[in-house]
Order: sequence, then C-alpha cells, then structure tokens
Amino acid sequence: MHPILKLVAQRVALGILLLWAASVLIFVGTQILPGDVAQSILGQAATPQSLANLRAELGLNDPPVTRYFAWLGGVLTGDLGTSLTNGRDIATAMGGRLWNTLFLAFWTALIAVPLAILLGLVAVRYQGRWPDKLISGTTLATVSVPEFLLGYIAVFFLAVQYRVFPSISTVYDSMSLGEKLNAIALPILVLTLTVLGHMMRMTRAAILNVMQSAYIETAELKGLGGFAVIARHAFPNAIAPVINVVMLNLAYLVVGVVVVEVVFVYPGMGQYLVDHVAKRDVPVVQACGLVFAAVYIGMNLLADVLSILANPRLRHPK
Amino acid sequence: MTGKIDKNQIDYFKLRAGLGRMSRREFMGRMGALGVSAAMAGTFYAEAVRAAGPVKGGILKVGLQGGESTNSMDPALAASQVPYFNLNAAAETLVEVTPTGELEMRVAEAVESSADAKTWMFKIRKGITFHNGKDLTPADVLATLERHSDENAKSGALGIMKGIESMKVDGDYVAVTLATANADLPYLMADYHLMIQPNGGKDAPADATFSGAYVLKSDEPGVRHVFERNPNYWDSANRGHVDQIEVLVINDPTARMAALQSGQVNLVNRVEPRTASLLARAPGVTVANAGGRGHYVFIMHCNTAPFDNNDLRLALKYAIDRQEMVDKILAGYGTIGNDIPINGAYPLFDDSIPQRAYDPDKAAFHYKKSGHDGTPIVLRTSDVAFPGAVDASQLFQQSASKAGIPLEIKREPGDGYWSEVWNKQPFSASYWGGRPVQDQMYSTAYYSGADWNDTRFFNDTFDSLLLAARAELDTAKRKGMYAEMARILHDEGGLICPMFNDFIDAHGPNVQGFVADPGGEMMSGIAGLKVWLTA
Repeated sequence: MHPILKLVAQRVALGILLLWAASVLIFVGTQILPGDVAQSILGQAATPQSLANLRAELGLNDPPVTRYFAWLGGVLTGDLGTSLTNGRDIATAMGGRLWNTLFLAFWTALIAVPLAILLGLVAVRYQGRWPDKLISGTTLATVSVPEFLLGYIAVFFLAVQYRVFPSISTVYDSMSLGEKLNAIALPILVLTLTVLGHMMRMTRAAILNVMQSAYIETAELKGLGGFAVIARHAFPNAIAPVINVVMLNLAYLVVGVVVVEVVFVYPGMGQYLVDHVAKRDVPVVQACGLVFAAVYIGMNLLADVLSILANPRLRHPK
Repeated sequence: MTGKIDKNQIDYFKLRAGLGRMSRREFMGRMGALGVSAAMAGTFYAEAVRAAGPVKGGILKVGLQGGESTNSMDPALAASQVPYFNLNAAAETLVEVTPTGELEMRVAEAVESSADAKTWMFKIRKGITFHNGKDLTPADVLATLERHSDENAKSGALGIMKGIESMKVDGDYVAVTLATANADLPYLMADYHLMIQPNGGKDAPADATFSGAYVLKSDEPGVRHVFERNPNYWDSANRGHVDQIEVLVINDPTARMAALQSGQVNLVNRVEPRTASLLARAPGVTVANAGGRGHYVFIMHCNTAPFDNNDLRLALKYAIDRQEMVDKILAGYGTIGNDIPINGAYPLFDDSIPQRAYDPDKAAFHYKKSGHDGTPIVLRTSDVAFPGAVDASQLFQQSASKAGIPLEIKREPGDGYWSEVWNKQPFSASYWGGRPVQDQMYSTAYYSGADWNDTRFFNDTFDSLLLAARAELDTAKRKGMYAEMARILHDEGGLICPMFNDFIDAHGPNVQGFVADPGGEMMSGIAGLKVWLTA
C-alpha cells in the first residue's frame, strides 16, 4: 500500500473515532443541561398533568443509555429524529439551513481566501514598506472590531444611507442566484473582513519564514524578480501552514457565524441551533452539534491530508 | 409667485391621489411646486388616501420580532408574536374585540345568552368556506372548542376552556354551558388560540387550513411566511386588501429598524422605547403606539413575612416613583400604574380610584408602623422579567432608600426565572400581558384559588365579588363591583404596578389604515388584514 494512502486511511479512521467521541460528549452535554424539556415547551402555562403527559410522550422517562443508543442507531441510518417543539423532520429542516450556511461560507471563502493569500504575497513583496503596513494595519483593525459592529456599520452606510445592498439577508428557494448573492452581499463583506486578517498574516509569516532559505537566495541570484521568487519558489514551500489556517477559517465560517446570522437575519444553522437550545429541543441540538463536529473534524482532516500531499518528502518517499 | 396657495389645485391633486392615480412621490412634488410645506403635504396625502378608502393590491412586507424555527401553525401551541400574526392573517375566531372594547362578530353571526349567563348560544355564520373548499359548519366550531379543552392538545386556551361544562351543536348554533355563570364568555372566545379549523384541527392541527382572509403559501418557521389573498373569503369588502403578505422574522431590533428605514419591509413590531423617538424622525417612518393592558410589576407574597404585614406592603407601594419609571424605563411610551392590574384599556374600568403617588413620608410612616427590623428586603429581578427590569429595580431601590427602606437587589439568571423565581420567591419583578376583560385578569392571578396567584392574595370579599360580578349581566352593577375589587387590591394587595407599557409598532410611508389597538400589537394581530398600500 502506498504510504500516503495508508496515512490518509489512518487519519480518516481517527476522524471517525473522534466523531463518535463527540457524539457521546454531545449526548452527555444535552442531558446535563439545566431545566426540563417538557417545562420549556409548555412554558408558563404548564400544569403538572400536562407536564407528565408530555414527558411520557417524549420518552423522557427512559434511561439515558437506552436513549443514547436509540439516537445513535437513528443517526447511523440517516434518521435524525423529529423536532420536539414543532414535530418537523430534523434532517429536512436542518438540510435547508445547512445548505444556506454552506452557501454563505462558500461565497465568502471564494472571495476571502484568494484575497488573503494575494494580500499576504503583496505584503511580503513590500515587506516593511507602506503597502505591507497598510495591509497589516487594515486587516488587524477589521479582525479586532467585533463582527456585529462591523455588521451594523455596513448596514448603516450600505443599506440605510445609500441603499446599495439590502440590510436583511433572508434567502429562500424561489430566488435566483443573482438575487441570493445580492441578498448576502453584506454578510459576505463582514465575514470576509473578519477572517481576512488571520489568513493574510499567516500567509505572510509562513512565506517570510522560507524567504531566509538558501534556495531563495539562489533564485534571486539567478536573476528572478521579486514577485516571481515569492510566488514560484517561496509560496509552494510555505503552503502547509497556510492550508491549515485556511481550513480553520473555513470551519469557522460554518460553525461560528451565529452573530452575523442574527445581525443580517440569515437563515443559517447558527440561528436554528440557538432557537432550539432556548426551547430545550434536545434532538435538534444533538443533530446540530453532530453536524458541527463533523464539519470541524472533516475540515481538519482535509487540512492534514492536503499538507501531507503538499510535502514532497511525504509524497515521494524513498 | 402669488404667495397664495391655490386651494383648488390642492383639492384636485388630493382627489387624484385618493383615486390612486398619483404616487406619494409625485403628489409631494406637486405640492412642493404649489408652495405647500413637506409636512403639510404629507398630511394632505394621508387625508386624501384615507378618505378614498382601502385600495386592493400590492405586497405587504412585515418584519416581526418573536419568531423561532420551532414555530408551528397549530393555533393551540401559538405563544409568540409571529405565530400570533400568522394565525390572525389566515384564521378567524368566533368573535373579536374592537379597539374600543366591543365585540365584533366574525365566524359567529350573533351571540345570545340565557338569563343566568350560564348558557351561551353562538349562531354560526353561513357561507364561510375553509381554504380546502369545505363549508365551515357548527360541527367544526364544536370540534375546535373540544380540542382546546383537551389536556393533550397543550392549548394556550386551556385555562379559558376549563369553565365549560358541556357543549353541543343545536341547528345553526353552538351552545356552550358553563359550570358557573360568566357574563364575559363571548370575550373569552376572542382568544387567538381558538381559531376555527376543519373538524377542530383534530386530524391535522398544524396544516394551516383555516377560514381567514389569507392562505399560507410558504412556511419556513423562524425565517419567512408568505400568505396570498383568499379569493373565497366571506368578508373581502372589509378585510384582506393586499394581494400578498410576506412575514420576515427579524428578531434583532437593530436589523428590524434598519429594514424599515431602508424600505425592505413596510411594517415592524416591537420598536424599543429608547429608540422610538429617533426612529420617528427617520423620513417616511410613522411610529404608532397604543396604551395596552400589558404591565410591569413587582409582586409581594401577602402570606410570607415580612410581606404579610399590610403596612409594609403599603410602605413599598408609596416608595416607588411611578412617573420616573415611565420616563426612564419606557422613555415615556407608557402610562403609570396604580397597583391594580387594570387600566382604561379594559371595559368597565372605574377611573375614580385615587392615583397613588411617590410619597417618601408616607412610605416611612408605614414602614415604621410595620415594625420591620430594618434588614434589607430582598428583591429578585432579571433581564427577562421585563425589558429594563434590572434598571427599574435599581430605581426602586433608590426611591425606597430615600424613605429609609433598604432594598437588596438579587439579580437572577434569565434561564429558569419563570420556573424558579417567579411565583416561588416572595418578592420579585415580573410582567403581565393583560387579558381582554377584567374578570379574566382577576381570575387568572388574584382569585384565591388561581394557579398563578403570584401575590398569594387571599381575600374572601374580593373572591365573592369576583364570582358575583362574573354572573352579573347588568353592566352598571358589574362596574360597581369591579371598582370595589380594584379598591381592595389597591389598598391591601401584594401587587406593585408602576407602569403599563405601550405597544409600539412602526410603518413605512405607503401603509394606510394602521390604527394602534390597546388589545395587542399589530392592531391586535389583524394589521395584515386591515392595512392597504398606496403607490
């Protein structure tokens, strides 16, 4: 077996193990949440009788271990269960939300990743001069301002004052791609500004690290121009840490954007999860937790594999 | 320039605007050309279109707080603002309560009662069809009432239905017999949970088949709901003016206000009092507020020391500055309370009850008379008790300390406040949404046997008056009884009611026919049916 295949297979197996551990943690976590599901659903109007009825109906009287394996069995067969609060099928309801989250993450990444890398390259090329300082300063500033504030500033100027883009980003099936992109323009902008700094600075640091190497000096001595050296010789050797930070930020775009979703009223996973946590809708919370864990683990797995592939010493073993 | 504004021309343009032949923008331009100020022209335009009456057509976009991805179209389960609005758009109850507190007949065409107010006959209107094309029959009404009486339906109207002993269909009528007489029963039937469904929703409670002016077309809970006008609606002359209603769930207040200002929605609910006056200054935006029945309260358990001493209760009632609370907590969007849960928004309210004012001297007098040992009195509060509850508690602490009464504020987590603190701890902050009639408010929270007697108020005279008033069909006598009850509660109760909060909605320039209603936000939920759009 090719050592790379073996390595990848090992990583995937580890990922699955990790996911299983995450499923146990999620289940235990939802069990120790304070409050009672039945009480939260019925709210102020609960009577002891209706509470008891609802608990029996929801199967809350079974032992936790039984419920865990019933749940795990369902998950493995693709059945995430039904929501306790509105009786909808979780897989269907969450599928739409997950799709929206991925849609926003995809378009943000499509803009943010190339932009961050390009800015990183430019910053290295003009290291210590004004373009470097300008790029570093600006991205540091946007990464330091809380996302919701960036969001409100964008809404105030671009939606209320000048009406360039809509302030609310509700998307639905009957919209065309163009309409959808117009609707999510502001969240893309805000998210891009949020993740840009991290990726750009990592790119810059990684490339500067290899710029000290002897082969860079050789390349310069053979007469290559500043930018060509960076792009052709330095960047390919600095790609592993860049891939890692890009993947970390992509995972963030999927699991960590709840604040931006709230500000722009975007129907993504974050808002969906928060609603159901507030109502103690345990099956939905578990399903969301599992999806988030899977995204995180998957992204890290991908980053590992790509870093391995980017390393010639691992790609061509002796 | 003649310097004199030509009245004939203005009238001509008003006529054209009223007929819908001229857009608002165009009208304002013409008025400007005639030398009319923008504010005046705006008033002229509003007058013109209002005089012309509703026009049909257009898409009304509504941005609402209070929608979750957990919402369903089952009327029994509705508890937040978006389901409330949606149900009112798509469905109808037997009767409704008008902004002036009268009954308006909807699915019921007439209501009659027996002389003892124990048996009530609802005559069901003929010719109403459900969205699925079937006729609405008295049997459907009966089934609806039956479903909400069932514990398993988890209906928010269960409390209302408990007083019903038996129900039956009698020709065109549905007859309801009560265990004890209740002169207010028709008002209770206006509860928004009691939407009439085919076979009462026993088969498919959440499938959104109703008899109302709009039909649900797209349903994404927590995101967006789209309704189209029901072409077969029985009362289309008076309701259902816009072709389509699009409800967008916008829970974040800033996002909601931005959506209104940028013209993405025409109508929003829950404007925050603090920003309402700023919003009103935005071009084209109208803020509409109505004094409602909802109120913010501090509640003392009358049976728990030290609050079992009426002098201590009076001391605390005199130690709160109600006007300051209205000014600072509600930014003026509200009215002061009088330690009773009733105000002028209720039918049969007696406004001659003297208003209690902040009086540190009287507070100190009663505090001393109560013989309290001077240890700080613990007041439990939380952000979820009502908006601004923590600030209000601090204001209370300060005004009380001027009277020499030490309060200690204990801030509780929002999570679990309603199950662990409210109705459990002897002194806490809370709120009430109000009820359509006095009887219901008093029976819910001040009757000795009530589950939610959150002030632990046990007063035999009060209880017997409540039961007597409920059975009394003579309104003058009833009003007298309610006044007497209010005075008892005012002087002896455990309720400190500093303020009644307004409902504050806002709408954009094209929305006409919006009338704020004390019964609830969004014109008591029916704004979608009543407003119309102009160009």
